[in-house]
Amino acid sequence: MSATPARPPVRPVAVVSVAQSKAVRREDHRNEVEMLMPVVTEVFANIGITKSDIGFVCSGSTDYLVGAPFSFVMALDAVGVWPPMRESHVEMDGAWALYEAWTLLQEGEVDTALVYSFGRSSPSDLQRVLALQLDPYYMAPMWPDPVALAALQAQALIDAGRATERDFATVAARSRRDALGNPNAQVAKDQTVEDLLTDDYAVAPLRRHTLPPVTDGVAAVVIAAGDRARQLCERPAWITGMDHRIEAHALGARDLTRSPSTASAASAAGLFDGAAGGGALHVDVAELHAPFAHQELIVRDALRLADSVAVNPSGGALAANALMVAGLLRIGEAAGRIMDGSAATAVAHATSGPCLQQNLVCALSATPGGADGKGA
Amino acid sequence: MTDAGTHTDVGATGEAPVTTLSTPIRVEYQYTAGLAQSRYLHGMADGKFLGQRCPKCRQVYVPPRGSCPTDGVATTDTVELGNTGTVTTYCVVNVPFQGQSIEIPYICAQILLDGANIAFMGLIQEIPADQVRMGLRVEAVWVDRSEFGLTSANVRYFRPTGEPDAEYETFKEYL
Repeated sequence: MSATPARPPVRPVAVVSVAQSKAVRREDHRNEVEMLMPVVTEVFANIGITKSDIGFVCSGSTDYLVGAPFSFVMALDAVGVWPPMRESHVEMDGAWALYEAWTLLQEGEVDTALVYSFGRSSPSDLQRVLALQLDPYYMAPMWPDPVALAALQAQALIDAGRATERDFATVAARSRRDALGNPNAQVAKDQTVEDLLTDDYAVAPLRRHTLPPVTDGVAAVVIAAGDRARQLCERPAWITGMDHRIEAHALGARDLTRSPSTASAASAAGLFDGAAGGGALHVDVAELHAPFAHQELIVRDALRLADSVAVNPSGGALAANALMVAGLLRIGEAAGRIMDGSAATAVAHATSGPCLQQNLVCALSATPGGADGKGA
Repeated sequence: MTDAGTHTDVGATGEAPVTTLSTPIRVEYQYTAGLAQSRYLHGMADGKFLGQRCPKCRQVYVPPRGSCPTDGVATTDTVELGNTGTVTTYCVVNVPFQGQSIEIPYICAQILLDGANIAFMGLIQEIPADQVRMGLRVEAVWVDRSEFGLTSANVRYFRPTGEPDAEYETFKEYL
């Protein structure tokens, strides 16, 4: 496919604070607002600001998960929008809410934005809810569940000779082991690949360990522009590029073993500028939103990640997968590595839709101009 | 149709075109009321209105949702409110609709319970529709105590108390 020209940000914007709830299988007692409040409080407290310091609020969630219309309006009670605030919402993962906020900050009218998302996967039968994102005439009435669709994708990858079940188990074993270092993770275990390969199949060729957990959780991020970012954070995680792309809705129209939308978004985010001619991408950390183990392999390929890149040190979506939150958390986790000084460059990826239909890529760096410091 | 050998053009055979497709969808949810609303519902089961007060602006919200929508902070103090309140504004429902359980015309009103700082919607009965007015003093009429459950339906409706109307100044902030 033809390369998408990179569009460098006109104004440097950085992630300056990240907060998240502990990922749980089911939040029994608190409603969405009660889950969000402490996390919003924490994301402000981290950098010593209040809501009056925020110029824009953008949230990501979907009413289908909780079965309540306009649930995002009620969730605003967690912020307290008086006096009236400039606010927006996307019926998508919070990563796309962050994209909207980042775009707005590019315009220069506001300097700070709060981005949050909430996702409760437990109130409904997730398999049925996710079937409703398919085309409503021919696909959705058959209720194909997301695990079955992902299994078709995994089988296509095996048939193409590009991966084996052992490769899937290797991804899961590494993710679960890394999650032991993540206090917010839901699935954290030290298991060998051999152990995992004795698991039952959920839907062949996907064994249980290749599936994401069902998670309730929330996350919040504050982004800030230019000098404001430097004031708020000693080591801001600068967003050097970000873009998103979508593929055809009809699964049969796609090559499920590839993710051209990820590649295209990465190119537009400027990630391949220093790796022309198909060279490998060298960053310190990659946080990839791959809910199913085999999807990590597809996204890695699309991003041309070098073998040296630390992938999903948080444990990724196999360790916690609150829908609408997990993508924003990939940006949050990747930014966190830069903010704590353990990484200088990172890439974060978020996905939406069945079988990696839609993808967002965010390039992060300890310097505003990217890895080589250009434009800093 | 380009592949006439394997496909039949239904339009050409005289069959009626398909103009409607019915795809029934049903998804069930298990709702989590939350800490504040759970407390409110337990109050209901006890025949009481339980609100919550914002520790910052001191406003009392009923039913509470656990946070102050103005300040964005948790409301922690529970406040028991009385059984009486004021109609701040209302409308007369004259339109029949599917599933309607009350005879029209009826009154849907915003009711500000005494001691609360937010009005909620309630049904007004035991007064002709054309006599309902802003400032009307009302009280909650509950179902029989033996039927109390964890539900707002414990309150059947509100009816006039017969007190003089509330002064506009006392409720103008809550319209």
